[in-house]
Amino acid sequence: MIEIENLSKSFTLHNQNSAVIPVMSGASLRVAPGECVALTGQSGAGKSTLMRMIYGNYLAASGSIRIGDVDVATASAREIIRLRRETLGYVSQFLRVVPRVPTRTVVAEPLLALGCSEREAHARAETLLSMLNIPERLWSLSPTTFSGGEQQRVNIARGFVHGYPALLLDEPTASLDARNRDVVLTLIEEAKARGAAIVGIFHDEGARERVCDREVDVTVFTPKAAA
Amino acid sequence: MTLHDVALQQPLFRVESLTKRYGHRIGCADVNFELWPGEVLGIVGESGSGKSTLLGCLAGHLRVEEGRIFYQGRDTLLMPEPERRVLSRTEWAFVHQNPRDGLRMGVSAGGNVGERLMAIGARNYGDIRETATDWLGRVEIASERIDDRPRQFSGGMQQRLQIARNLVTSPRLVFMDEPTGGLDVSVQARLLDLLRGLVRDMGLSVIIVTHDLAVARLLADRLMVMKDGRVIEQGLTDQVLDDPQAAYTQLLVSSVLQV
Amino acid sequence: MTEQSYNFAYLDEATKRMIRRALLKGLAIPGYQVPFASREMPMPYGWGTGGVQVTAACLIPEDTLKVIDQGADDTTNAVSIRKFFERTAQVRTTETTTEATVIQTRHRIPEVPLAEGQILVYQVPIPEPLRFLEPRESETRRMHALEEYGLMHVKLYEDIARHGAIATSYAYPVKVEGRYVMDPSPIPKFDNPKLGGNAAIQLFGAGREQRIYALPPYTQVVSLDFEDHPFEPSKAEHACDLCGSEVSYLDEVIVDDQGNRMFVCSDTNYCTTRQGEGHTGRLSQKGEAA
Repeated sequence: MIEIENLSKSFTLHNQNSAVIPVMSGASLRVAPGECVALTGQSGAGKSTLMRMIYGNYLAASGSIRIGDVDVATASAREIIRLRRETLGYVSQFLRVVPRVPTRTVVAEPLLALGCSEREAHARAETLLSMLNIPERLWSLSPTTFSGGEQQRVNIARGFVHGYPALLLDEPTASLDARNRDVVLTLIEEAKARGAAIVGIFHDEGARERVCDREVDVTVFTPKAAA
Repeated sequence: MTLHDVALQQPLFRVESLTKRYGHRIGCADVNFELWPGEVLGIVGESGSGKSTLLGCLAGHLRVEEGRIFYQGRDTLLMPEPERRVLSRTEWAFVHQNPRDGLRMGVSAGGNVGERLMAIGARNYGDIRETATDWLGRVEIASERIDDRPRQFSGGMQQRLQIARNLVTSPRLVFMDEPTGGLDVSVQARLLDLLRGLVRDMGLSVIIVTHDLAVARLLADRLMVMKDGRVIEQGLTDQVLDDPQAAYTQLLVSSVLQV
Repeated sequence: MTEQSYNFAYLDEATKRMIRRALLKGLAIPGYQVPFASREMPMPYGWGTGGVQVTAACLIPEDTLKVIDQGADDTTNAVSIRKFFERTAQVRTTETTTEATVIQTRHRIPEVPLAEGQILVYQVPIPEPLRFLEPRESETRRMHALEEYGLMHVKLYEDIARHGAIATSYAYPVKVEGRYVMDPSPIPKFDNPKLGGNAAIQLFGAGREQRIYALPPYTQVVSLDFEDHPFEPSKAEHACDLCGSEVSYLDEVIVDDQGNRMFVCSDTNYCTTRQGEGHTGRLSQKGEAA
């Protein structure tokens, strides 16, 4: 489902004497449907960079990132928008929403974008919010005022509201208590069971052991010059 | 393949080598892009970068000598003026930064919303009023304000009224020039939310000019960055903002105050 | 200075020719406002300088001229203009509508139907029907050119929204031959139905605004309205207190300090003719009525 080959990336900082910082080279990775792969390596090794490149958030310098039949490294913006809407989900560590939009709608949005009816989308959103123990009285409020842990759970609900065939998870269990952590891990297991290919960053070792099929140390993708 | 799919197979709007000069000065130069149905394109840049000039050219407000602008495959620059005007009051819409430029301040809210309907031949007062009432509701203006004039409205309400006035004929392409500029931050948020909902529900294609990168991030699918009249970078909104390639874009993004 | 010092009908021949060209263009494009080089006339703007120039350009020595102001032949304005042409063109003048070949009018159309061969000249203060909605002349011209008349209905919409009915009671906008929206000058909307299908030539002159427009005989003229708020020509719900007419347009006159009122025909010639024929009204003096 996810096939990455010979991927490289460097940043050119034009406003700092055009310094070129190579951050990745020769990265390759394959994730089959139903498989969950954990990216490991110390902080700054390039785990988030790789995730962002898979999502199309960072431009690849060379190589390919195939998700289904789309190569994110060369796809047009329009193709990536469609990929993100239908195929590729991303649970980041930060919730970015329009202020004032109620939590229920924030979570339902990916379904609404797919043309789902409002009733159906809201119902599915509410199911997830209940599972993740967001009290019902908060559903009609904007999540911008929520605590870090609540925001993270809203973010997860949003990421799992649609059954994406491919999922990127950036520290999905960070800042969660044991009960909610378990809910999230169950969601991941369910996603795998329905055939989703998952790439994740998990600092939480227990979580990694429970849901991940294998680990890939991104340090091997770090360019030698920079290492 | 359904008719709907066929429509999605071609861009709604296509711009080729568009150049606008003011004497020897360049307004915008060699602009190329496509806009697809349902897509929101943000044009960002500092004042004087040519983004408003470009929008004016696209919407037919400014004369263009060089380049081509296709709407549904038809070159709008070769279109006779009457036809283009019909287009701009039916399938196109334009939301101005200052609601005063887009509203008739001496005409009631209902009259403002109804004007485009009457312009395309609506002649039943009851029907026009019903549609206007419905649209005021959709932009969250209480129906009892239908006979009030816009100058009795707050800035945010005026802007919402301008949007209702523009969308009442269900256009397919909406041009927006800094629609949230000049509004308080809390009012901006409400407007952004409203716009996002309308874009999604009506399947609108939007070209929005803004200098506010936060607005661009929340509304636009794609971004074009302009400097000195030229497009120096374009791509997915979050990619352009998070991994800017051009020196100027990097400067622009790094200049934004973080909150 | 003697009257003979003036050219016929005051204006020089070149000016009259310029105005006639504008009139012909106006007749060729009914309802279209033709710009013309309005001259200074020996009267203030607002007193009919446009109408006077059009009349001057139309008059021939054989003409019989009638001048009315709000339907009356005997107001200062009407008398002055009549005198002006008596002195500068030596044409015959009359108060009888049917005798006149040229009728200059301010704000009325005579009650008696006009006939072929007659010319009705309107004095127009503001020729642009879109003016109050769109003040930019450049924009209103473009709107006419492109037939963008949605705004005109906005005005009517506003009327209904504010007053429950179309409150515009004079200068009620019309559409000419399905093309141009035209201001019929400040005639009461009661007169609007007479604009269309009229046997006479109708010419409109706006001196200050330097515009001429025209309706050739038997032109289609439709008053703008909504399906559910149709146009209604209206008048006071009374009969004339002098001639008893129930179909003519009436002026309301306060007759004493107690606020007592009477209604009389605004068309004085029509009223006197009827009285001469023996018709009476509520306030007719009994002796004469017999």
